[in-house]
Amino acid sequence: MSQHITEFVIATLIFLIVSAMGFVAARWRRPTTLEHLDEWGLGGRNFGSWITWFLIGGDLYTAYTFVAVPALLFGGGALGFFAVPYTVIIYPMVFIVLARLWSVSHRHGFVTPADFVRARSGSSTMALLVALTGIVATMPYIALQLVGIEAVLKAMHVPTTWALIIAFAVLAAYTYQSGLRAPALIAFVKDTLIYIVILVAIIYIPLKLGGWDNIFGAADAKFAKTNGTILNSANQWQYITLAFGSALALFLYPHSVTGVLASRNRSVIKRNMSALPAYSFLLGLIALLGYMAIAAKIKPLPGTKPGSLDSNTVVPLLFDKMFPQWFAGVAFAAVAIGALVPAAIMAIAAANLFTRNIWKEYLHRDATPREEANVSKIVSLVVKAGAVAVILAIDPQFSIDLQLIGGVIILQTLPAVALALYTGWFHRWGLVAGWLAGMGLGMWMLYQIPNPATKHAHFGGSAFPLSKWFDPTAIGLAPKTSMYVGFIAVVVNIVVAVIVTLIMKAVKAPDGVDVTQRDDYFVDEGDPRLVPGPRGGEEEMPEPVPAT
Amino acid sequence: MAEPKTEPKTEPVPQRRSDRSPWNWLLIVPVVVPLLTFLFNAKSPYLWGWPRFYWVQMAFIILGVATTTLVYQMTKKRG
Repeated sequence: MSQHITEFVIATLIFLIVSAMGFVAARWRRPTTLEHLDEWGLGGRNFGSWITWFLIGGDLYTAYTFVAVPALLFGGGALGFFAVPYTVIIYPMVFIVLARLWSVSHRHGFVTPADFVRARSGSSTMALLVALTGIVATMPYIALQLVGIEAVLKAMHVPTTWALIIAFAVLAAYTYQSGLRAPALIAFVKDTLIYIVILVAIIYIPLKLGGWDNIFGAADAKFAKTNGTILNSANQWQYITLAFGSALALFLYPHSVTGVLASRNRSVIKRNMSALPAYSFLLGLIALLGYMAIAAKIKPLPGTKPGSLDSNTVVPLLFDKMFPQWFAGVAFAAVAIGALVPAAIMAIAAANLFTRNIWKEYLHRDATPREEANVSKIVSLVVKAGAVAVILAIDPQFSIDLQLIGGVIILQTLPAVALALYTGWFHRWGLVAGWLAGMGLGMWMLYQIPNPATKHAHFGGSAFPLSKWFDPTAIGLAPKTSMYVGFIAVVVNIVVAVIVTLIMKAVKAPDGVDVTQRDDYFVDEGDPRLVPGPRGGEEEMPEPVPAT
Repeated sequence: MAEPKTEPKTEPVPQRRSDRSPWNWLLIVPVVVPLLTFLFNAKSPYLWGWPRFYWVQMAFIILGVATTTLVYQMTKKRG
């Protein structure tokens, strides 16, 4: 600890300043009241291009990403670089979809993806499934943000338990008070710090390590046996399906939707689809920190289990070794704050799902906006306490496994949420059947995958070897080809949804009532048909779904 | 209160909107190209010490930005 005192002081100082900002954020952009989900949960639905860029950037590119992606390259080579194509293809993919989601949500006052599903499919069952999937997928993601902070604390040799509890208690307090405004304001600091740190790292560290030739050379030497700095025949399809599947999943996560719905109009979203790849560029540079750690001969700190190594510590250790103390402190603060922004947005998103799609839908149908906001605020506290408890009480590996499952299961909401933005063709029971099939198959495949590193027999990874099913050479693939579980599962999900929809239409089974209209998907800011928020002087929010 | 089903009829509905445009098809390019591993799964040529695998994939970011910017500009008026 003693030799880390400067970096600890700097990191703590920055953390304190940011926390103060979190509390002040309640007054930022003058809300008339925070007692409304549009204000507390969506920051007034009024963020312009710049705020949205910082907010969504801070939301999607989390501290865990910054720590785990280089750790993947450090441990396994080229496969970890899937994060780059993943975050390149995502924006053209969702360019039109998100604008439609924005329009229909503002037209009907939706706060969560499940709100939309409820109105579009007319099925409360499907809406509940989407809400539960969202909550279950988000929870371990919040817990993982703690893993990011923990990696930094370990590198500074600070006792992690108490520091984690304090950091999350402060985070919970200002999220409770300021809602989405807190992470939106803090995201400015977080992203500015991250950009500075990474740009310095990418110039300074290679200079100290003798240039990029040496860095890639060291990686080549480490992976000489497997030629692991590029892909091989076994993992090429895994790389493609992992990038594609992850991209499909990203904007199905409720916290991503929260960031999108908080923006002011359709143009803000579309402009951000061109601006957000700046973060992908950053992520690509960050990924290469993993190879720099190889060249710098970093040895990861021990993990929780005897004999295991915590590869998530390589980036903090690299900073600690390469940078002067004070700058390492700045870098650590950047990672720690980088955890707080997404954790806050995720907690808000999970809380909104619970409030809107479980509490209001099933327990308290005539809840006022004020009651909704209060329930969400309390649930956001519960969610964060749960995340801390899970990390401290259970092996962090459990969260990492859960997060892996989370990506697979959130993908199963694709037909009900994303495809439904294009077509109302799917029958409600087709969607439910597809979800069940994709979920069942996904879990079954994950169950069969062992993790040799942690010696877990099940849920050890997301790469499914096709040879477990059939001989991949029969369709011209390499014998050891594996694919991303979520991708296979969502393909089956869609096929089942189509087949069951055809059957339901053939037998004329009654479909749910779609309360959205074609034009709803294209309305923009200033349209009189948009649902007026609390600023419009409305006492009650219009009911998004008329009783039928 | 404004119920989505009944309310729009009372407003003067603006001309039928749509986000359809032939330009949208361009968006397929930056989704497909970064997934074509044969384009970049090699070490040479190197660029400033970076193997092809890394610098080509970073260059695809520019492809993505250029495409979404172009499509946004060409389809702006149409929502």
